[in-house]
Amino acid sequence: MEFLSNRFFLIALTVGVFFAARSLQQKTRQVWLNPILISIIVLISYLKITGISYDDYMKAGTMVDFWLQPTIVALGVPLYLQLKAIRQRWLPVLLSQVAGCVVGITVCVFVARWTGASEPIIRSLAAKSVTMPIAIEVTNTLGGVSALTAAVVVFVGLFGNLAGLGLLRLFGISDPKAGGLSMGAASHALGTARAWERGRMWGTYSSLGLILSGIVTALLAPALVRWLM
Amino acid sequence: MLKQIAILLSCLALGHLVVWAVGVSFPGSIVGMLLMAAALQMGIIRLESVKGISDVLISNMSLFFVPNGVGLMLYFDIIKAEFWPIVIATLVSTVVVFVVTGWCYQAVRRIRLMRVIRMRRARTSI
Repeated sequence: MEFLSNRFFLIALTVGVFFAARSLQQKTRQVWLNPILISIIVLISYLKITGISYDDYMKAGTMVDFWLQPTIVALGVPLYLQLKAIRQRWLPVLLSQVAGCVVGITVCVFVARWTGASEPIIRSLAAKSVTMPIAIEVTNTLGGVSALTAAVVVFVGLFGNLAGLGLLRLFGISDPKAGGLSMGAASHALGTARAWERGRMWGTYSSLGLILSGIVTALLAPALVRWLM
Repeated sequence: MLKQIAILLSCLALGHLVVWAVGVSFPGSIVGMLLMAAALQMGIIRLESVKGISDVLISNMSLFFVPNGVGLMLYFDIIKAEFWPIVIATLVSTVVVFVVTGWCYQAVRRIRLMRVIRMRRARTSI
């Protein structure tokens, strides 16, 4: 039975479950069969059934978790490639990202407080719009619960993927560049995936929104949340 | 591939060094990302020497979130207790981010376009 908590077995299990879930999604083409979501559910069930603690799991988990930070650095490559695209439009692009970030975080903090969320929960929700590695880093800086952020980030991404384009139509956002920026800023990689399906311009600007909203949030969220709390 | 990983990790280490030296609480990885983009822009790093690893990591990014997400099992109680505040705050503020970002971009573009049109009109009326 000791094998069930073997470090290398747990790493293999994590990676194996993830890729199985991903190929399941690619075959069925269902958004809600999100590989992250499925993997989390399967792995939590496994740990509950075998009685392995999260701390023991994380001895293996850190080996996978380690790659989050290098992945953020890797986002510098598409950022560099897209710098050329925004050279003439940097003002509206940057302004829209700052506005979306500041208003989004402010509304999130106030609504959470009004509906009765406790302080650590509010701190965990502030960065939920941006791409997962940055959201987790920001939550750690804010002193929130990063696991909750991870779950909410997936939820937000699924919502944006499913409802984002409809919302934009409803609110009269018809410019592909504006719509793309919204998709990336509000629902990160999952929204961006949907934006690429809509069109090239949508996808490019969505990728841009994804990266820039991450940077803007990392820069502004700590001070903003401290001020709002 | 190993050389590409080394370059990437160097940027990351440098990012953490900057954060440590400045003494603020800010993710070192994001400084690393900006350093990476700047180094590419200035030609210090060639695109070919990081493109491969960058594509691999970004296209498999979701995998690296899984261990963090499994940590949810420690917080079932809090989530159950505060389920509705979490869901309502998340949904409302996500819709707000969608609308504000898109509207703001369109508004700024429109103001600029109107200025251009006005300048053209002024020129033709002379």
